[in-house]
Formats: sequence, C-alpha cells, structure tokens
Amino acid sequence: MALKDDLKAKIVERFGVSVDEIKEDTNFVEHLNADSLDVMDFIMDIEQEYDIKIPATEAESLKTFGDLSQYLAEKTGKPLN
Amino acid sequence: MISIDLSGKVALVTGSARGIGKAIALKLNAAGAKVIGIDLDTNGLEKLKEKTKEEIYTCDVSSFTEVEELSKKVFEKYQKVDILVNNAGITRDNLIMRMTPEEWDLVLNVNLRSAFNTVKIFHRSMLRARWGRIINMASVIGLMGNSGQANYAASKGGLIAFTKSIAKEFAKKNVLANCIAPGLIETKMTESLSETTKEEYFKGIPQGKFGQPDDVANIVLFLSSEFSAYLTGQVIHCDGGMIM
Repeated sequence: MALKDDLKAKIVERFGVSVDEIKEDTNFVEHLNADSLDVMDFIMDIEQEYDIKIPATEAESLKTFGDLSQYLAEKTGKPLN
Repeated sequence: MISIDLSGKVALVTGSARGIGKAIALKLNAAGAKVIGIDLDTNGLEKLKEKTKEEIYTCDVSSFTEVEELSKKVFEKYQKVDILVNNAGITRDNLIMRMTPEEWDLVLNVNLRSAFNTVKIFHRSMLRARWGRIINMASVIGLMGNSGQANYAASKGGLIAFTKSIAKEFAKKNVLANCIAPGLIETKMTESLSETTKEEYFKGIPQGKFGQPDDVANIVLFLSSEFSAYLTGQVIHCDGGMIM
C-alpha cells in the first residue's frame, strides 16, 4: 500500500473521520478534533509501525496530514503514492 | 440505595499479595472489578487468586522490562487496564550516617521508579479510553519526613510530586491520578512494634488507634469510582488525623 493510503487508513481508524475528509492541509488539532496528547499518542504508534524514531522537536512540526506523509516518505524511503 | 459498581472495569494492583494491597484487591473485586494481582510473593498471590479468580503475575515492578513483559500478558487477556493502583513498597530504614547507596537505590526503585514504569506502560490505553484512575500509595512519611527513613520519605514525597504532574498531563482525558497517604496501618510492618512504642505513636494520632488495611482500601474504592469524577492530583490522608 502506498504511504499516503496507509497513513489515511490509520487516521480514519484513530480519529474516526472518513477518508474523503483527509486532505494535504488537514490539521490534526484543528480539523480532527485531536489535542496535543492525541497527536503524540498517534505519532508514537506511527514510530512503532514504521520502525522509526521521531524526535520530539520534529514531531512538534508535524501538524498536518501533508507534513506527516512527507516526513515519513523522507524518513522511510517509501513511495508517497 | 447508593452503591459502587465497578463491573466491566479492569484493575491492576501492585504489591497485592498481602497487607494493604491485598485489602485493596479484595475490595475492588467485591465491587465487581476484574482485579489483576501483581507481587513478587507468588504464594501470597495464589491465595489472592482463590478469592478474585483473576490472573496473578509475579513481577518485579521496579524493572521496566519486566513491566513491559507483564503488559503484553495483561493486554492479551484483558485488552485494557482502567484502574492502576501502585501500592508496591518496601522499607530499608537506616540513619543517613549508616544508609548505603544500595539501600537508597532499592527503596527508590521499588517505591518510585515502579510507578513510573507502570504509568508509562499502562496510561496510553486509559487515555484512548478517555477513562482511567491511577492511585498511588504514598505515606504520611512522604509529607512529614522521618528520622531513619530518608530513602522511604524521599520515595513517597517523590511519588506525590509524580502524581501531581501526571494528574496535570492526563486531566483533560478523564484519567485521574491521586495519592493516598496512609499513617500507621495495622500490617506486618507495625506488628513487631512493642506496646510502649505503640502507645507513643497513639499520642500523635487524634483517633488514638492504628488504621486497618480496609480503611485504605475504602478510599481506593472511592477513587476508583465515578464518585471521584472531579478529583485529581490530590493527596488523601488516611491517618486518624495524624496530619492536618
């Protein structure tokens, strides 16, 4: 599965939104009704599932779906689409 | 009639093979919770299981890796932990002049590090469920200090500060963290005291007697229930008025 699709599936499962609602600029806090703890919890799961470490300083800058998918593509080398 | 019903809740109680921990485990069980017993004393746990009919695990909660292993078994069987009671604790009393670094480390690890381990590993399932209760067993000694117990006092004082911090971190998720600070409770720890020493202690306790493990367990029951829904980051004293 392409990275974006995989990530969308995880967001749907975690935040209870439909896949159509997830756009590049979808902000976790503003659009998905998440708070900083929810985002941290989600990112910790992402770390585990993709077997990577995301430093806290970098995690803070991952505010949208686009930010996170781009970051993961760079970090894992997996194709975005 | 008002009653406390914890059916459907999963509680994990450390140090539950005897004393206060056992009373807590039995109390939560009597309220309908599934109570997982944790201790190093396997024999004591076996006796607990005869009553609770739930899983027991021998685990050194001061070891992060052992708690991680424990969590895998717990989540496999129960999928969640709703109520976490950090009760495991030990003493290695000595005047600072004679206290060894090993005595310091052991008490801090068992009494304080253990709470970090269990909270770190179990809190995320509570956050996701938007419901959780963390109850940490402090002590009056953690508030007032005690000659010959610098390690124990530091661990219990640390536990109070730790509890207040996580209470702030988790409050918006309806995961509440509180401490109980028992005074002198009749357990194996106080059994060996001479009558004269006991009389001396009674002078400092307005109620003039030692507490029972059940007195502490009753507060845990309240803190585990919906009746404590607007209470977090607090230290509840259970000491017959010893500290006011």
